[in-house]
Amino acid sequence: MPVASAAVSAPCEAAAWLAELAGAPLPGPRQENWRFTDLTSLTRIKPCLADSGFDPAGPSLPAGIERLQPEAAEALLTSVLEASGSSQHWPVQLNRAAVARRAGGLLALHVRGSVAEPLLHNLRPVADGLAAHQLVLLLDPGASLELVELVDAASVGGDPAAMTAAALSALTVVQLGEGARLRAGMVALGRSGLSLLSHWIAVQDPGSHLSLTTALGGWDLARFEPRIVQTAGAADTQLRTLQACSGEQIIDTHSYVRFDGPEGRLDQLHKAMADGRARSVFNGAVQVPRPAQRTRAAQLSRNLLLSARARIDTKPELEIVADDVTCTHGATVSRLRDEELFYLQSRGIAGDQATALLKRAFCEDVLRDLPAEAAGLNPLALLLDPV
Amino acid sequence: MIIPDAPVLLEIRDLQASVGDQPILKGVNLSIRAGEIHALMGRNGSGKSTLSKVLAGHPAYTVTGGSVIFRGEDLLELAPEIRARSGMFLGFQYPVEIPGVSNLEFLRVATNARRQHRGEEELDTFAFEDLVRERLAVVQMDPAFLDRSVNEGFSGGEKKRNEILQMALLEPAVAILDETDSGLDIDALRIVAGGVSQLAGAETATLLITHYQRLLDLITPDYVHVMAAGRILRSGGKELALELERSGYEWVDAELAALESAQTPVEVG
Repeated sequence: MPVASAAVSAPCEAAAWLAELAGAPLPGPRQENWRFTDLTSLTRIKPCLADSGFDPAGPSLPAGIERLQPEAAEALLTSVLEASGSSQHWPVQLNRAAVARRAGGLLALHVRGSVAEPLLHNLRPVADGLAAHQLVLLLDPGASLELVELVDAASVGGDPAAMTAAALSALTVVQLGEGARLRAGMVALGRSGLSLLSHWIAVQDPGSHLSLTTALGGWDLARFEPRIVQTAGAADTQLRTLQACSGEQIIDTHSYVRFDGPEGRLDQLHKAMADGRARSVFNGAVQVPRPAQRTRAAQLSRNLLLSARARIDTKPELEIVADDVTCTHGATVSRLRDEELFYLQSRGIAGDQATALLKRAFCEDVLRDLPAEAAGLNPLALLLDPV
Repeated sequence: MIIPDAPVLLEIRDLQASVGDQPILKGVNLSIRAGEIHALMGRNGSGKSTLSKVLAGHPAYTVTGGSVIFRGEDLLELAPEIRARSGMFLGFQYPVEIPGVSNLEFLRVATNARRQHRGEEELDTFAFEDLVRERLAVVQMDPAFLDRSVNEGFSGGEKKRNEILQMALLEPAVAILDETDSGLDIDALRIVAGGVSQLAGAETATLLITHYQRLLDLITPDYVHVMAAGRILRSGGKELALELERSGYEWVDAELAALESAQTPVEVG
């Protein structure tokens, strides 16, 4: 149910409303981090806050997880945002303002031990306006958890042709204590008219292990920002991100990983497919300051250009000050290989089926790292054949 | 085996093809009947592999003249996948590695495409696994290769065995094997040749492209053709291959020169 509404949703009206809500003007092409990310789709929404339909007290929690008190949640949120340099990010400001107006669902949880059952966090996109969700997670030292976040626009139902512009703002904030382990998967499947702004932020203490695997596709506009800080190094981070866009869609992943101590490890793979006139953006920042000696970091961006008019912008951004480190990065942009297509065709496999097999193969090495609960949503079918 | 009056499976007439502006095939004529095994030999660059790829429908080649009738149909009108489903098979000289595509899935999709075209019921995962395990025996292949990506990290011999496994599953009417013997050690060569021999029958035909007699010691051809400068220069029985082994290809230059001078118009007056 709309909390506030406006009769007309002209782009300038929505832009002004969003700026007022966030307390800062919308980012624009003059800002380096936003220069490829046209926010026009976002400004087409009806300028109103929508009820996310999320009942924070509702979901039953797996054994071993308790709710965090609001004051503790706020303190944790603030400290993680400060530590990761995210508090002044416009999507974060927008999310916090929207949630503060009780438009979205805040779920704040404390994980004390080893949780056997996966924690499912379903984010329902809305039919119009802006919905916001926040998940705050505190993992005690030695705790372990599997987290699955799902956004499935198809679950909203209704006639796709009648659907209007809407936006989803999501903020996930995690603190991993010493030796804690988190295996997280996020599948976010949009539809025509929908925009997604998502920050996924984790602060890791030494000895902790974070594996984050995401699959995004089907959004008119999606901006995803995973931001990880190893507070004293000596932690493990694995990032796997997959994004698919077609038509006029824009999808942008800006990742940021910082090592504030020695002997940290990062294994990052980003994959993107762009078809039609779509634009896919990746910016992968890795900061290795002087204290982060003996850091081992590897980043690879692999991109598949499926049409002559699609665009892919990929940029590794490594800042390495420490001198005893092993940091590698690589970026490739390619088309489907004619020789592979012909080989499949020469065995009786039709061109479109051969293309689908090769696209699926491209996605597979990210998707296989998704937790089973997320894989159950069949992201592959939806990424290859978006709504 | 030569069977008098067996149906002609493949009839190539004056086939000409080019890559870009470069003519490669300059009038190939070849007729293959059911039951026959043909060997196509010739120096590097003579057009053997081009002929095989043109027959399979590789998009890099343009057919500029001639015709190919495959089991009564105009082959050149068919898309590559339809040629394969209709029973044309090309065993690649360099099988392509496809990371991420499971070999088992690939084989199943290909087999079902062929079965569907023949009006046969498609095989589900379990039925296909039974079939593929049975056919693995033809090339003595380790089932572990089914779980890997198509040809990825396979040795040269394993890739060639995988090609023959595909042939065993697709049961083609005409199999063209492009230098299937290259890069094989003696044991692997015996296994691959044994597989090809097992699959050859009275209803099918095989065209072996090779440089070496050692393959033809294991698979006896009914006909041997020598290709040069984009055409078949000489055809004969299995003894032609033995002659090549003894005397090499030097005679080819003389025959080509004679052929070209015969085609050069003589100025009169």
